[in-house]
Amino acid sequence: MSLRIVVCVKYVPDATGDRHFAEDLTVDRDDVDGLLSELDEYAVEQALQIADEADDAEITVLTVGPEDAKDALRKALSMGAHKAVHVEDDDLHGTDALGTSLVLAKAVEHVGYDLVISGMASTDGGMGVVPAMLAERLGVPQVTLLSEVAVADGKVTGRRDGDAASEQLEASLPAVVSVTDQSGEARYPSFKGIMAAKKKPVESLDLSDLGLEAEEVGLEGAWTKVDEANERPARTAGTVVKDEGEGGKQLAEFLAGQKFI
Amino acid sequence: MAEVLVYVDHVDGAVRKPTLELLTLARRIGEPVAVHLGAGADAAAATLAEYGAVKVLTADAAEFADYLVVPKVDALQAAFEAVSPVAVLVPSSAEGKEIAARLAVRIGSGIITDAVDLEAGAEGPVATQSVFAASYSTKSRVTKGTPVITVKPNSAAPEAAPAAGTVEQLAVSFGSASTGTKVVSRTPRESTGRPELTEAAIVVSGGRGVNGAENFSLIEGLADSLGAAVGASRAAVDAGWYPHTNQVGQTGKSVSPQLYIAAGISGAIQHRAGMQTSKTIVAINKDAEAPIFDLVDYGVVGDLFEVVPQLTEEVKSRKG
Ligand SMILES: Cc1cc2nc3c(=O)[nH]c(=O)nc-3n(C[C@H](O)[C@H](O)[C@H](O)COP(=O)(O)OP(=O)(O)OC[C@H]3O[C@@H](n4cnc5c(N)ncnc54)[C@H](O)[C@@H]3O)c2cc1C
Ligand SMILES: Nc1ncnc2c1ncn2[C@@H]1O[C@H](COP(=O)(O)O)[C@@H](O)[C@H]1O
Repeated sequence: MSLRIVVCVKYVPDATGDRHFAEDLTVDRDDVDGLLSELDEYAVEQALQIADEADDAEITVLTVGPEDAKDALRKALSMGAHKAVHVEDDDLHGTDALGTSLVLAKAVEHVGYDLVISGMASTDGGMGVVPAMLAERLGVPQVTLLSEVAVADGKVTGRRDGDAASEQLEASLPAVVSVTDQSGEARYPSFKGIMAAKKKPVESLDLSDLGLEAEEVGLEGAWTKVDEANERPARTAGTVVKDEGEGGKQLAEFLAGQKFI
Repeated sequence: MAEVLVYVDHVDGAVRKPTLELLTLARRIGEPVAVHLGAGADAAAATLAEYGAVKVLTADAAEFADYLVVPKVDALQAAFEAVSPVAVLVPSSAEGKEIAARLAVRIGSGIITDAVDLEAGAEGPVATQSVFAASYSTKSRVTKGTPVITVKPNSAAPEAAPAAGTVEQLAVSFGSASTGTKVVSRTPRESTGRPELTEAAIVVSGGRGVNGAENFSLIEGLADSLGAAVGASRAAVDAGWYPHTNQVGQTGKSVSPQLYIAAGISGAIQHRAGMQTSKTIVAINKDAEAPIFDLVDYGVVGDLFEVVPQLTEEVKSRKG
């Protein structure tokens, strides 16, 4: 029987660009180039490796985001995913983590799944909560923050490296997995992959397709509100000295002056 | 007075510092009620009471260790239902965030993660967050349900404020989802004897410039002379020179110590994301153009193999 994998990927503003807030205090997505969140590339990579091991697997990449988020889907398709689902609706603007997990849960159920794979955190919001929320909503095991993952005999196993200990985990499918950037370098799309991606199906869904009401999501439906966003004053330029043989001592003098020694 | 649930992070009853910070912040909003899961409740209760817990709700069961995350959510939810608090505070560890996330879904409440400060507001607690690699600071509120807020380590100085800290057993019934993910085995991390990275007052980090696992002893030597924790950039971690648990940055730990010393680290945006809120920043780098120098209070352009040993010696002799 075929293994149905859904990979959740997010389209985010480039972290190396100058990121800002829009007037309504949502993330400004117009000024900065967007891309597939680098941390979600690891999720795509693990999906591809799991699919390679399975007899028959189908990988669907799923994103909830604006029109441009198609770029993220294209990238994932060119890496080797089979098809894509794009949840896009004007009423989604300003959706927070609870709302996003709600939309993702509906979309994942719409697609049908045995395994959901996501990244460890998005590189813009960076909350790292969506996978746990998704598992809660779907009512399936959460096998998250894995640095190693494998699927066999209807079970997912993996290693979670925590602060206090490293844990070996096991759960039955269906399940929600998230993988860290320690799980293995993501592949680059090949030229062939990029060409093939152009022909792969991208299904567009809106809120009504998922049986969701506008009030349940978006800025209006959000469970949280940002009241203020202030650009941090740039750190005032400090003293920089060139080491002429006494650099370590000068540094010690500074630290002593600050009462660190 | 309104009660605030505080989820306790502890190791066999030894309460970790971020929890004391949470209790301190919780008192700005209401009366802290601590939720302690696992062994060591009596030992923990003394500390929790000292820092203001009026009550300590405790439960111990094999499920907490044998299965991932969900049993703890069941317990926190039981505490939530027993207390009807005005807010729930959870330490911002990887696990803490997942527990908070699932609780928020269950109780239909908004969640704010990685707060660096918290104050009472007319419309509920106001959380300060540091976003976009700490280039922005935001103030947010939960507008639906009971605020669930995870708070980063080093967000407040723990202040003692003795309270009753009465220990009460918490009745928890585990749901069917609680045994979904089994912890098959657990390999504890060896203790280094150094302070915990996220809790340390001083952090000394090494990057690609350290040029080899064996040279990290230089970084450790400086750290030990200052009583500091050791951090590393991703380049150093990826090269296998230092464990990933010590990585500072976007995909590692986020630290906010009094003093951060970066040696042989260029200061990429993803590294800055994890250390930019440090109070005082110092860098040693041989490239005067390295972006890390834009952040420093004091920088030395030079070879770390010269500067670090000299600094370590000087610290040792000054400390006597
Ligand atoms: C999605 C994503 C997540 C990431 N997450 C993280 C993260 O969590 N943490 C992180 O650190 N990075 C992270 N990175 C990587 C980040 O972009 C940088 O590649 C990394 O921080 C570089 O590490 P570095 O500064 O040690 O190395 P380099 O950038 O190579 O800098 C080394 C520096 O050492 C100096 N140097 C060399 N020799 C000496 C010497 N003898 N004495 C003094 N100075 C010397 C050089 O001048 C140079 O400035 C992430 C990247 C991505 C894409
Ligand atoms: N809008 C979205 N569309 C698809 N997947 C998402 C979206 N937001 C978050 N995710 C997934 O959830 C993970 C964690 O996100 P976060 O909780 O926002 O840090 C990401 O790495 C993605 O895999």
